[in-house]
Amino acid sequence: MKALVWHGTADIRYDTVPDPEIEQPRDAIVKVTSCAICGSDLHLYDHFMPGMEKGDIMGHEFMGEVVDVGAEAKSALKVGDRIVVPFTIWCGECEQCRRGNYSVCERSNRNKAMADKLFGHTTAGLFGYTHLTGGYPGGQAEYVRVPFADRTHVKIPDGLTDEQVLFLGDIFPTGWQAAAQCDIQPTDTVAIWGCGPVGQMTIRSAILLGAKQVIAIDRVPERLSMAKAGGAITINFEEESVVERLNELTGGKGPEKCIDAVGMEAHATATLDSMYDRAKQALALESDRAHVLREMMYVCRPAGTLSIPGVYGGLIDKVPFGVSMNKGLTWRMGQTHVNRWTDDLLRRIQEGQIDPSFVITHTVGLADGPGMYQTFRDKRDGCIKVVLKP
Amino acid sequence: MAYYRRNSSADRMARGLGWFSIGLGVAELVAARRLARWMGMEEQAGLIRTYGAREVATGVGLLAMGDARPWMWGRIAGDALDLATLASAHHDGNPRRENVATALGAVAARTALDVLCTAMLHREEATAWTPPRDYSDRSGLPRPPAAMRGAAKDAPILADMRTPAILRFQPA
Repeated sequence: MKALVWHGTADIRYDTVPDPEIEQPRDAIVKVTSCAICGSDLHLYDHFMPGMEKGDIMGHEFMGEVVDVGAEAKSALKVGDRIVVPFTIWCGECEQCRRGNYSVCERSNRNKAMADKLFGHTTAGLFGYTHLTGGYPGGQAEYVRVPFADRTHVKIPDGLTDEQVLFLGDIFPTGWQAAAQCDIQPTDTVAIWGCGPVGQMTIRSAILLGAKQVIAIDRVPERLSMAKAGGAITINFEEESVVERLNELTGGKGPEKCIDAVGMEAHATATLDSMYDRAKQALALESDRAHVLREMMYVCRPAGTLSIPGVYGGLIDKVPFGVSMNKGLTWRMGQTHVNRWTDDLLRRIQEGQIDPSFVITHTVGLADGPGMYQTFRDKRDGCIKVVLKP
Repeated sequence: MAYYRRNSSADRMARGLGWFSIGLGVAELVAARRLARWMGMEEQAGLIRTYGAREVATGVGLLAMGDARPWMWGRIAGDALDLATLASAHHDGNPRRENVATALGAVAARTALDVLCTAMLHREEATAWTPPRDYSDRSGLPRPPAAMRGAAKDAPILADMRTPAILRFQPA
């Protein structure tokens, strides 16, 4: 089959690879009908995430048709079912899964020993990501093996297009969880850094969950125009001071809830700290650029909440933790417990409360994927979200 | 927003010059006295060290920042300084005049590379710029956002995602 394969920094190729097969009784094989490039794929593309190996198949946001089912998955799936596959693989039986903490499933990471060593304790297996999270072949391919498939799926009813439901696998529940874990109240101002795909979903989620005011921060004009369409007041950080403007919009008190939808590759601005981060990252002295975290900690209202759906991979430097401690800020973060949210979100899509396809700006064949990685990474051609068709 | 395309040939050349800058800068910092002696500029060792620090800073900037152009212009300004300093030492009274000429030649070649790379980066922007897309009609919501505010207040959010009531902002 054909797949998008990682070969090194900024080197993704459209390669021929062996077809996947059932390996475990709870597996299923899915023929992929649509997949997407996620912002966190760019951390792999730019090789800021450790644990990638040449030959790894990319992709963790995908859906398709079940074409083969292992013996123990037959109670939940049958050939012909149309499913979205969540990026977090979960067993449904371990203590964490029983609590609904699917992204920290204790059993789905087949490289548990490696993750135990680096993280202290393992997290869930993820598709198309680092070997620290299992190194499972991803869904930017014609076919994919889904481990623990009896749990790791969202069945899609007839009448919905791929484009409407594809993002149930990652960015929609990720944006939703980012807003939900802020416990948004009707009096809250929610500030969201980053208007990429997750940021866009977070904006709509915060509006739907009833925030009084949603403020979105970015520098890319088309992303800001999409944020505004979703109901956000926008701040272009290249044109105005984020801190001053947020204070102005909140009567000098700062937003109650701050969400980092940027993660480890915050863009350089004219600020000293971001230049410092860039320099240290370029010289491999730190892995993640923490400008957004610092800004959130500084501007957030005391006793407020910081929510972090943006991906961080390792080490950050010069984080003013004393600010956070003294202000009594609450931190919420983590990979998304996708299936915790998907029943509710699928219902909202069916009822027409939201159509996540608004974020798609480019749809191309899988063979054009390598070029689209670059277009997406460089934010060219108005690119916000890429869907690939194998 | 500045346009730049990472991994284009111009960008790769700029990053290469960045590593070169760091190497040269470290050499100037570490071996300033020896370099100064070699060029008959013994009293200028401190200045060479300063130039070394400048080279390192420019190199890090080239490697670390998204848009290489400001840093390339920094390099060109630095080249001009280097050329002026070397020219001032290229006189009959300097017994190491020939070595200064060699250094002048090397800096002139480096300047040519810097100018070429900067021109390539600017040409890239001129050919690639397109007006930003307007996505102001892409709300994803069936009604205006103001009308959708709170439409999901009933969302099933478990207690572990909730702020304990005592810690919530209380009405004033």
